[in-house]
Amino acid sequence: MTATAVKPNLLGTLLTRLTGDEKHAPSAFSTLDVLWVLYDRILRVHPETADEPDRDRFLLSKGHGPAAYYAVLAAKGFIPVAWLDDLGGPESRLGHHPDRVLIPGVEIGTGSLGHGLGLAAGTALGLRAQGYDARTFVLLGDAELDEGSNHEAIAYAAAARLDKLTAIVIDNQSSTHGWPGGIARRFPGWTTSVVDGRDHDAIEEALLARGEDRPHVVVAVVEPKG
Amino acid sequence: MRETFVNTTITLLDEDPRTAVVLADISADAFAAAHRRHPDRVLNVGIREQLMTGVAGGLALTGLRPYVHSYAPFLIDRAYEQIKLDLGHQDAGAVLVSIGASYDASAEGYTHQSPGDVGLLDTLEGWTVHVPGHPDEVPPLLRDAARNDDRIYVRLSSQHNTRAYERTGRLQVLRRGWAGAPVVLAVGPMLDPVLAATRELDVTVAYTMTPRPLDGAGLRELVSREVIVVEPYLAGTSSRLVAAALSDVPHRELHLGVGRAEQRRYGTPADHARWHGLDPAGLRASITGFLDRPAA
Repeated sequence: MTATAVKPNLLGTLLTRLTGDEKHAPSAFSTLDVLWVLYDRILRVHPETADEPDRDRFLLSKGHGPAAYYAVLAAKGFIPVAWLDDLGGPESRLGHHPDRVLIPGVEIGTGSLGHGLGLAAGTALGLRAQGYDARTFVLLGDAELDEGSNHEAIAYAAAARLDKLTAIVIDNQSSTHGWPGGIARRFPGWTTSVVDGRDHDAIEEALLARGEDRPHVVVAVVEPKG
Repeated sequence: MRETFVNTTITLLDEDPRTAVVLADISADAFAAAHRRHPDRVLNVGIREQLMTGVAGGLALTGLRPYVHSYAPFLIDRAYEQIKLDLGHQDAGAVLVSIGASYDASAEGYTHQSPGDVGLLDTLEGWTVHVPGHPDEVPPLLRDAARNDDRIYVRLSSQHNTRAYERTGRLQVLRRGWAGAPVVLAVGPMLDPVLAATRELDVTVAYTMTPRPLDGAGLRELVSREVIVVEPYLAGTSSRLVAAALSDVPHRELHLGVGRAEQRRYGTPADHARWHGLDPAGLRASITGFLDRPAA
């Protein structure tokens, strides 16, 4: 069951208001169901609590194709729906990559690949150091894992036992050379889940799972990039 | 200066729950005891400099004040995009503290040297750069940095002057020449070589340990005709800012610093200073040659 099936009018309407992102459209829609489940069922953050220090954090590392992200933020009231009509415009707050300084509810500005997981590790460390019982989620693409900076963070997050850090890898098989043996094997020391990236209940179950003393990775498999 | 940095930062860790230290193995031993007391705020990520800066950005986004430390080429050159995006683009602050400078690690070779670090930061918005000239100048800089969330770079060096000066954001005039005398601006540890080189010259010598933001107004007040800038990093790094400060003053500029040519020689920091013309004899030759040359 997909997000557009659950909310056929809402998300479908919101997505059609976003224009000018044809290049990244496949990437955007590969994330739609995971994003909806995150914001609808998992994250302890709302527009009214978006600045609270103990909120859950969601970091979109794969900043490419943020249409689905913007649609979900609008559906949940973080940003006005009217903003969707001016994607990439000279006065718009919504670019083809998100900017945290411009968009309420956006935790990090991304676009260049391979930055979100390091920032997420630091966020989880900062929350732990201050005693907050908050979780940190970070979403990456399978091709983004080609960036070596991710592997610095993967190794250290396990060593630092960041049990409140969850990485989500959207696997639409767009990595040029692929990941022989599967993406989950690239996260040694983490607990892992591999789910259908269009199955909301499976996504929810995987996102609720946590290792006792280690970070968790959810590989959400969707249809291959066309 | 490294020992002063370690001692001051450990005190900050004990006093201020916002302080965090992020390391990539370099100097980890010096922070071992502090790590035992503050395991959640003294973080050694291993030899992972990209992650070191990313972690700092994440810590800052949760409200902590990260001090990030390594050799200058690993802290700045290697992690440049993380500095640009994980700090600047996120509007997150951090205190980057480097050792090694341009050629402190003379025998280690070019891999451990960063003459271009300040130039790289000059491509980015909003960085304060401190280049202390003496170990005693370091603690006030680090303590002040704990009281804000700015993006601050502290460039430590094993080369230093014989005495420390009070911290101020203004240029400090340490020797005043005749009215209208040429001005020699020395940055950080270049002060003592400049004072030695100009001992018998009728010039005004000014000093700063904080070249960013450059005290352009102070420079404008001092300069009548000639200005010579002596920096311990790439020659000409400050030329854009000096030109802007003196845009309404007919003047001549000379910018001395580390050359761009890779030396491919080892030796001592004093050897490198000599090869780059930054020892007193080399500076004197460059300065007198410039002043003796008639304006076009």
